This record gives sequence, structure tokens and C-alpha cells, in this order.
Amino acid sequence: MLPDNTRPHGGNGHGHGHRHPVNFDPTATEPDPHAQTPWHGRPFRLGIGGPVGSGKTALTAALCRALGGAVNLAVVTNDIYTTEDADFLRAAGVLDPDRVEAVQTGACPHTAIRDDITANLDAVDRLTERHPGLELVIVESGGDNLTAVFSRGLADRQIFVVDVAGGDKVPRKGGPGVTTADLLVINKIDLADHVGADMAVMVSDAHRMRGALPVITQSLTRTPNAPDVADWVRAQLAVPLGV
Amino acid sequence: MPGTRGGLAVLALADSRFPNGGHVHSGGVEEAVARGLITDVGHLREFLFGRLRSAGLVAAVFAAAAAHAAAGRRADWPGLDAELDARTPSPAQRAASRAQGWGLLRAGRAAWQSQALSDLVSTTGRPHHPLVLGVLITASGAGARDAALVAGYHSVSGPSSAAVRLLGLDPFAVNALLIELTAELDDLADTASASAHLPPADLPAPGSPALDLLAESHDHHHREEVRLFAS
Repeated sequence: MLPDNTRPHGGNGHGHGHRHPVNFDPTATEPDPHAQTPWHGRPFRLGIGGPVGSGKTALTAALCRALGGAVNLAVVTNDIYTTEDADFLRAAGVLDPDRVEAVQTGACPHTAIRDDITANLDAVDRLTERHPGLELVIVESGGDNLTAVFSRGLADRQIFVVDVAGGDKVPRKGGPGVTTADLLVINKIDLADHVGADMAVMVSDAHRMRGALPVITQSLTRTPNAPDVADWVRAQLAVPLGV
Repeated sequence: MPGTRGGLAVLALADSRFPNGGHVHSGGVEEAVARGLITDVGHLREFLFGRLRSAGLVAAVFAAAAAHAAAGRRADWPGLDAELDARTPSPAQRAASRAQGWGLLRAGRAAWQSQALSDLVSTTGRPHHPLVLGVLITASGAGARDAALVAGYHSVSGPSSAAVRLLGLDPFAVNALLIELTAELDDLADTASASAHLPPADLPAPGSPALDLLAESHDHHHREEVRLFAS
């Protein structure tokens, strides 16, 4: 939990006539005012969005492999071809079939993750009922366009995945997916030479569009377990929900 | 006669933007399209008229009865829920109705405070969509006829939107089809509000075996091939 700077004189006393919300004195021994645990009675919900074919399902599978041993996790897929993605995850052997829920989006994948998140919340609820103590639910959107982002009512954090083969001008085009996602992943960098993509331009465009928000480049061919993205997810899981 | 009170809630509940998961249900249209039963606006007209008079009327009757019950003191929620079950022979349609009821409950709890809503849930678990709708209408200060109008409109608005998405039909032509139903919807609302005070077992019970079979077929098919809608 970050210090509440809007209340400069509330909180913990430290002996000079007023109280600060957070005590910055390293020798202080008073009780830690921070929330003790990230567990808020429901699993952390991570959205993974991006255009068709950018590698959302492959990244989801990689995260399951990287995190599955240590984190109690499950997946909701929104692919328009219903059980296609769920079957991929099952066939990849990275997740028990009963830890995957596929939802129908009524031919509107962006509506299902943004404007009306009911079907996805229902799927998360079913997984949570089946697996008490679930810590992480990865919600993978159906492939959509650059404007499709997750509602904050569905995803606590979201990753937007674009790929080198989709064109190195994509980050420059912007759109809420590129500019506002908590993490932008530029995927399939091993293909850059083959498709004539300029990685330097792509990465600098991404940073220019996103300001301080992070960008990770990766190739699941070279690093199948997506170590950088997995580290980022671990860092998100360590922060209490609602912060 | 005073105009509708709680008009904003009535409009919001009828709006397809209302976030209760309705957009993933086609009301049988996807299955009918997959079977070649609906290929153009003419077929859709027949489908919508039929759906309004059968599934639409059942939903409207129970939404109006729920609105009436919520306004009184002794609501028989288990009775209403069971009687709607009895008028919905397709298990897939019952599941779709309860799923949308749950979605409406989630959205409704965030927007309304209602003791009747709490009573409905505590006595039925996962109530049918028309019952939740009727309770929210009453909580907003509107009446049984408004509940029937919204329920009847839902029974054709979602399916017509699904047809536009699945067949790429001209949205203006499909919208004009909906407006053709103006008199039908008024009649339906009159019928439903006139029966709203009846005991649950005595409520009207129109049926539509074709829609029941389409719902069952949809449920069966989406386990083995591509389906974009949940029902």
C-alpha cells in the first residue's frame, strides 16, 4: 500500500506533535500499518489482450508453465472459436482441463472484456468455486483491435500483446491497448529479420507512446517460459489488490 | 393517469448497453441461422413475431407478476420461480434465463438497494431473469406494465442484434422490424399487467416447442462445433 499523501497529518505518531500516515523512520518499531497479505478473498485477475495472432494464447501457456508450480492459477479464454484456445492449453499439458473456462462472447470480444464483463466474471466465479484458494486467474481476450482493453472491473492488471510480424508501425498507431495497458509485450522478435521489421523503431515508438509504462520484448521460440513477463506478473501478485 | 415514474431505470434496463451479459445470448437465432432457417430479414420478421408472442409473453407475464409481488407484502418467490421453470421446458433455456438473472442481479445490486431483491435471492438462489427484472422495476418506482414492456422488448432486441452480427443484415432494416412490433408489444404488456396479480400457478403459459428445440440443439452443438453465443 502506498503512503496516503492526501492526508499529511493523519496516521502514525512519531513524537513531534503530529502524525504521518506512514512512518519513514527506519528505527521505528511500531506495528506495520500495511496490509499483511495480497489475499483479498478473491484471485488476482490478469487480462491478456491484443490483436489476432499476436501470441496471446502462447503467452498464456508460457505463464502457466512458468508460474503453475508456485501459484494456484486458472485461465478464462474468450476466443471467438469457443473451445479452441481452451483445447490448446489442455493439449499443451500446462493446465488441468478443469482449470480452463471458455466463454462465448456473442461475436463481440471487446464487449465481453470491457463494456459488459458479466460472462467473464461468471467464468471467474465458476473457477473460484471449483478451486478454493485460487490465487491467479488469467483472462485471455479474443483477438481484437488496438482499441480493445479490459475493464478495470474485470482485470486488476492487463498485458497487451503485439507481434513483430504484425507490422513494426503498430506501436506508433497507439490506441488504448498500446498506450494504457500495464505491460506491453512485443512478441516474436525472432521474426524481425524475416519480415523486415525495425526493432529499434518499434521499441522506441512503444516507449514514446507509453511514457513510463513498461515494455518487454520476447520470443517464445528462444525463451519458451517467458521469463521477463513471468517476473513482471510475480511482482504484480506481490502487491495487495486495490492499490 | 400519471406517466411512468422511475423512467430512467426503465430505459436503462431496456438498453442493450445495460451490463448484465445479455449480449452473449441470441435467443435461438444462432441455431436457426446455422440450420438455414433464418437467412434474410423476412425470415427474421417471422422469428421475432413468434418469439415475442411465446417466450416474450412468458417473460413479460413473470416480470409483471414479480413487479406486482415486489410492491406487495407477501411475495411467493419460490412459487413464481417454480412456475416459470414449469413454463420453460428446455433445460438450456432455463439455464440461459438463470444465467442472465444472475448477471442482472450483479449489475442490479450495484445500482439499487431493495429488500425484495434480497428476499428473492435468499428464497430462490439463482432466480430467473424476468423475476429479477420485475423486482428492479418496482425498486425504481415503475410498475408492472413497465416490467412487461422491458421483458417483451428484451425477447426480440437481443435476437435481432444477434442476427445483424451473424448474417450481416442491414441494421436499418432490422431496426425497422423491431418498430413494426410496436402494437404487438403494447398488447403483450396489457395482457401481462392484467395477469400480474394472479397466483403463480394461474399465470398464462404460452409455449413454443420450436424455440425449445432450437435451444436444446444449440446447447448440444456448441459442445462439438463453433458457437459464438451462449444460447
